[in-house]
Amino acid sequence: MSRLLVCPPEYFQVEYEINPWMRLSNEVNRERARDQWYGLMRVLEQQVGALLERMQPVPGLPDMVFTANAGAVVGSRAVPSRFRHPERRREEASFEAWFRDHGYEVAMLEEGQYFEGAGDLLGFPDAWFGGYRQRTDIRAYTRLSEIFKHEIIPVELVDTRFYHLDTCFCPLSSGELLYYPPAFDPYGQTVIAERIAEHRRLVVPQPDALRFACNAVCVGKHVVLPAGCHDTVKLLEARGYETHPLPLDEFMKAGGSAKCLTLALD
Amino acid sequence: MAQVQETVVLDGHIIDSLILAKVLDTILMMGGAFDLREVHIGTTRDEPSRATIVVRAASPGLLQEILEAIQPHGAGVERESDCAVEPVPADGVFPEGFYATTHLPTQVRQRGRWIEVEGIEMDVGIRLDQQFSVARTVPMGDVRRGDLIVTGREGVRVQPLERPRECDVFGFMEAQVSSERPHGHIIADVARRMRMLRESREEGHSDGTVLLAGGPAIVHAGGREALAWLIESGFIHVLFCGNALAAHDMEANLFGTSLGYGLTAGRAVPHGHEHHLRTINRIRAIGSIERAVESGVVTGGIMAACVRRGVRVVMAGTIRDDGPLPGVITDSVEAQAAMRAALPGVALALLVASTLHAVATGNLLPATVPTVCVDVNPAVPTKLSDRGSFQAVGLVMDAASFLRELARELGWKG
Repeated sequence: MSRLLVCPPEYFQVEYEINPWMRLSNEVNRERARDQWYGLMRVLEQQVGALLERMQPVPGLPDMVFTANAGAVVGSRAVPSRFRHPERRREEASFEAWFRDHGYEVAMLEEGQYFEGAGDLLGFPDAWFGGYRQRTDIRAYTRLSEIFKHEIIPVELVDTRFYHLDTCFCPLSSGELLYYPPAFDPYGQTVIAERIAEHRRLVVPQPDALRFACNAVCVGKHVVLPAGCHDTVKLLEARGYETHPLPLDEFMKAGGSAKCLTLALD
Repeated sequence: MAQVQETVVLDGHIIDSLILAKVLDTILMMGGAFDLREVHIGTTRDEPSRATIVVRAASPGLLQEILEAIQPHGAGVERESDCAVEPVPADGVFPEGFYATTHLPTQVRQRGRWIEVEGIEMDVGIRLDQQFSVARTVPMGDVRRGDLIVTGREGVRVQPLERPRECDVFGFMEAQVSSERPHGHIIADVARRMRMLRESREEGHSDGTVLLAGGPAIVHAGGREALAWLIESGFIHVLFCGNALAAHDMEANLFGTSLGYGLTAGRAVPHGHEHHLRTINRIRAIGSIERAVESGVVTGGIMAACVRRGVRVVMAGTIRDDGPLPGVITDSVEAQAAMRAALPGVALALLVASTLHAVATGNLLPATVPTVCVDVNPAVPTKLSDRGSFQAVGLVMDAASFLRELARELGWKG
């Protein structure tokens, strides 16, 4: 059974602007946000069959709800994130404590070596990709590949709207990749094409990409994704996936969606 | 063009991810250049690779822009420190652990600033002035107690040679020595360079000079007329030789022999073995080669051409010399210093038929000077390259044939 780390949106709101989606003027409707978050949890638990690990939210840390950025977890090893923006750096201690309290073997990156967890490090069992430039520093992947003893292929993120790899790149359980190629430079697009055969690459059209269709949670044949991505739903269903489109627009105000709200632990 | 450089290191999974390709492309696209100094490629997929890249640019501003552009892709400047210096413990003695130079362009770092080492030559030390602002090579024997000498390797960087723009034989910079190599195109390239240098001197664009270091075989083998013509025609501006080349050249002029052999008849002339002694004696009586030429005693040949054209001549003596001729420097340290003093401005060096002068000159020349070493004995160019003058193009052929062919390329009708 898939275990996911989540954090309730008790203190979620837009308190600063650190990505192109955030606008202080675009206030979060706290009640709608709560409803959307609990709606997502319900689907994950009841329809997808995931096991949820809830962490304690901390006042003053509005983005802690985006647990994808807690760190990278592989088996029993965890590497907590080192956030680029000071606004999110305050979350690091809570995530690190959670990993330690739950028996993970924790390896730390040097201070200043930016790495934003499973927001930027994603992959298939044999090919791991690391998004860099917007948030994670490419040098972090040299260290991470030592820690996890696994090749990590850095790919540059060139569009500030797709500031984390999980906003434009979603590996699926049967080996397909849901992605938005223009978020990568030609080198990155070439490398992705070299590693993932053409028939496994599902290209998301721009309107869906801008709704964060790639910020989807895939557990087995279930894919939970933001509502309104009709073309993407068709692409997925044609491959035999059961889709669960959900309204998550309150979280889009902070530049996050389904995937950002979870961290796969197993 | 490239005057400034910085070394960066890139590591991780940089090959399959095309990160290395991207960094190199970026450097080129921005108008810089690079040398891949070292590339270690991981042997398995999990093992990271590592590349050391020397980035070069025409100006410090452009270099900075390039470094800023490649930094986000992981190319970080190698950590640097100042060079260590130690005072000279006694006159003529380097501090233990002194840095021994190569003949490649070299810089030393002091107070965070890279200083170009002046007067680069191999196998000497680097002396800094007391203000740490000027760095200059210095031979062991010339240091004085208290001088500051660079020690260790930290904070010293040696720049690899850039390939010259001209696509000629010097472009390959390989001291490959073989008697089987065709000579024609090498000699044509040398001639082309000499013509260019003479033109740009005449037009006042540059004062690059051509140096010839030669042995007496030039005279014995019959290359004297060709060399004299090259000097008269303004193609050669500095001559390094010993007592013998000058003595036999003037012997030929005064007696028509070279070491007693009639140059035209090709056989020993009665008492001919005395001719070079009589020549040396006569010049000693006159007082100098210049006076012998100016007074009309010596009327032609290599030395006469040198005097007429104002060629800078350094004659270095050896222990088997007769005489020697006036002007021959018999103290070898002094001779070395005189040769060193004549090198600034040399833009092409021809080392012809002299093991001793070829190696001595090779030691003093920076690697940036295109060099040709001509000898019938392949051991000479090989020796030169074994001793580090890798830029020298070796030509296994007779001195006279070389000089005659070269002079003909340049218009000699002999």
